[in-house]
Amino acid sequence: MADSLIEVRDLERTFTVRRRTGGLRRRATTVHAVHDLSFDVPAGEMVGYIGPNGAGKSTTVKMLTGILVPTGGHLRVGGLEPAVQRTELARRIGVVFGQRTTLWWDLPLRDSFELLRKIYRIPEPTFRANLDRFVELLDLGDLLYTPVRQLSLGQRMRGDITAALLHDPEILYLDEPTIGLDVISKGRLREFLRALNAENGTTLMLTTHDLQDIEALCDRVIVIDHGTTVFDGPLAELHRQGGSTRTLVVDLVDEAEPISVPGAEVRRVEGPRQWLAFPADASAAPIVSAVAASYDVADLSIQEPDIEEVIRELYARG
Amino acid sequence: MLYAAIATRAFRRYATYRSATLAGIFTNSVFGVIYSFAYLALWAQDPDAGGYDAVDAVTFVWLTQGLLMTVAIWGGGTTDDLAERIRSGDVAIDLYRPVGLIRWYLAADLGRSAYHLLTRGLAPTLVGMLLFDLRLPDSPVAALVFAVSLPLAVTVSFAIRFLVACTAFWLLDATGPRVLSAALAMFFSGTTLPLVLFPGSLGTLANALPWSAIIQVPNDLWLGTHTGRDALAALGFQLLWIVVLLGCCSLVMRAATRKVVVQGG
Amino acid sequence: MTAYGDITWLWVRAAWVYPGSFVMLVVGSMLINGLDFVGLWIMFANIDHLGGFGLREVALLYGASGIGIGIADTLIGSVERIGTYVRTGRLDQMLTKPVPLLVQVCADQFTLRRLGRITQAAVVFAWAAPVVDWTLLRVLVAVVMMASATVIFFALFVGFSCIQFWTTDASEFANGFTYGGNTVTQYPLTVFPREVLVSLTFVLPIAFVNWYPCLYLLGRDDPFGMPAWLQFCSPVAAVVSMALALLAWRTGVRHYTSTGS
Repeated sequence: MADSLIEVRDLERTFTVRRRTGGLRRRATTVHAVHDLSFDVPAGEMVGYIGPNGAGKSTTVKMLTGILVPTGGHLRVGGLEPAVQRTELARRIGVVFGQRTTLWWDLPLRDSFELLRKIYRIPEPTFRANLDRFVELLDLGDLLYTPVRQLSLGQRMRGDITAALLHDPEILYLDEPTIGLDVISKGRLREFLRALNAENGTTLMLTTHDLQDIEALCDRVIVIDHGTTVFDGPLAELHRQGGSTRTLVVDLVDEAEPISVPGAEVRRVEGPRQWLAFPADASAAPIVSAVAASYDVADLSIQEPDIEEVIRELYARG
Repeated sequence: MLYAAIATRAFRRYATYRSATLAGIFTNSVFGVIYSFAYLALWAQDPDAGGYDAVDAVTFVWLTQGLLMTVAIWGGGTTDDLAERIRSGDVAIDLYRPVGLIRWYLAADLGRSAYHLLTRGLAPTLVGMLLFDLRLPDSPVAALVFAVSLPLAVTVSFAIRFLVACTAFWLLDATGPRVLSAALAMFFSGTTLPLVLFPGSLGTLANALPWSAIIQVPNDLWLGTHTGRDALAALGFQLLWIVVLLGCCSLVMRAATRKVVVQGG
Repeated sequence: MTAYGDITWLWVRAAWVYPGSFVMLVVGSMLINGLDFVGLWIMFANIDHLGGFGLREVALLYGASGIGIGIADTLIGSVERIGTYVRTGRLDQMLTKPVPLLVQVCADQFTLRRLGRITQAAVVFAWAAPVVDWTLLRVLVAVVMMASATVIFFALFVGFSCIQFWTTDASEFANGFTYGGNTVTQYPLTVFPREVLVSLTFVLPIAFVNWYPCLYLLGRDDPFGMPAWLQFCSPVAAVVSMALALLAWRTGVRHYTSTGS
């Protein structure tokens, strides 16, 4: 694993929290925000980093970007020690902080980008080429001369992502990139990130609550809870471990008793419509043909598993 | 009662900034010390300057430091919220409330000033008493008159700040007028220098302008410069400016409401 | 440093999008300070000397201090708001950029609004200048004084703003030292007790902003009997205070990155 871009070994981060215990007295307690955390990310991977609120996601990202010093363990990003070589690392990474814009509120988008060109000392041709490309892909053309405060949430997010990518970072950290966006914007953004990964080989680390982001983008998922990994592997494996199921929705011509076919069980019946659950890693074909052979089917559709449920299941066990 | 509730809420809101309050008290005290020594040097040269003696002058310094935040001499307070709401257009909501907008903001500002009086008014005054020889009001009556003059001073200051905030209806950004207004308020209230030192017609003018009702008048009531009928006249002076300025506020609001309704914000 | 220049220039250009509001702010700050000086002038309508110094001599002190704090206040940009930056997460964003944090904070929201203050102070200084019997060395001392005053005030702004790394809403605390330092130096230090002068020499080097060098410009013996060589020590005081301020800044940033709050 020597060629890993991100190396995390037994990472620790504790905080001292002072709580008021009635009156003026305060008691200091130590909280382990990140505890015994280990994982590797090779270059070019797209990783989903998920977990419930307060699980230690943003603490991890802060340590990975050098904003926060770990209290223990080993951490290397691109061969650098983030907290020590923060400025050097900054040239090689891009960070998008979800709801908080990194853009300059009062300045037009174009001026914000211009500032970044200077801050990162991006060569003029690279800057122009990147800007042109992102403006086209993210449809920012008409917005370049609008002050950031007048942009909508989705427009601002596209601006923020452009801002984080102008200097060709090797790693892009995204925190809740699609929060608050409409379905179309979400789709476009995901498409863009996939293309970025494919064409530039940019490594992507995504923390999100929106599991569709993960489904659409990430080959690998790291689930963290109470500061430590509870799952690390491909999405399919997460489904298997979490006992996740896909659902076959069957619309019968007439109302009927619950369907009985091997490999699937009925979860819900509503008039002529029935919901049949089957393991996520099993093929739908035999079940579909079994249903079609014994019943008069008007329509069929398949629902993908709900990861949220899967993770809840994992938490329940971990 | 509604307005009391508004005032209480404003009081509580400002009470949440505790270290800001402590920092402010420290800063007020530093300035109090500096001005005290400067004035002592002045009164050492002219022991009767402006009719004050040295103790009056130093007392004036500390009272002023205590009042600065209470009367929000630099602006700030609830009128800043108003300016921001005008800029963002949210003021339209306020205009449709069944409660008078001016009364609403005045109640909130009085609540804020009560908090600032108890913290940033009281604390520097106590510091001043520890470090220097200060004058206390001569009689309970003088103390009472001073106490009455405080809410009046806040109201005069509020009315001026309200008018400044209302410029945002036409200019969108009230920062410029706010700075200009603060400059005039500092100078003509007696914050820069007691108005009693202002010579000739400049002194007459300064004493007639509304800003003198904010700092100079309450300070003089504390010092006992005005007693008996003069003290009542001083309160009357404050009231007169309140009537005139709040009248202007409601005229401006009427014009502004028309503008918001016609142009849709 | 080139980053500082580039970034500030962009902010200056951006401010010109709303020239009306910019002009009003410059005029406003000129008015505040102009009236402040009128206050000093009115004091002298009642007396001839303050602490043994005449109006023009006091004006010389006043102008020198005003120029120093005016330029310093311009150069520090958003340092005074560092607590807000911590609260809103803006500091985190700046920490992910490859430019030293202090440079970024100083360049952020850079504005030439303080031009009003600098101009006013320069006018007062120029008006007071005839009181000095100018020689080449005195011109040199005057120039060095203003540079040192700028650095000392810069250091006070930065150093005391660092407290906000610990308590984010205590921004006003620094004002006691920065604007307080400015106000102290508007008067001849003879109006204060000796203890104040000693503290402003050895604890906070505020007396080096204008007091010691102006004594040299005015050709006066030190009223407190302090050694005459102190009158040439402003640059030393500037370097020392700058070093301490940078140390405070480093400590503050280190505290922030090691506690995350």
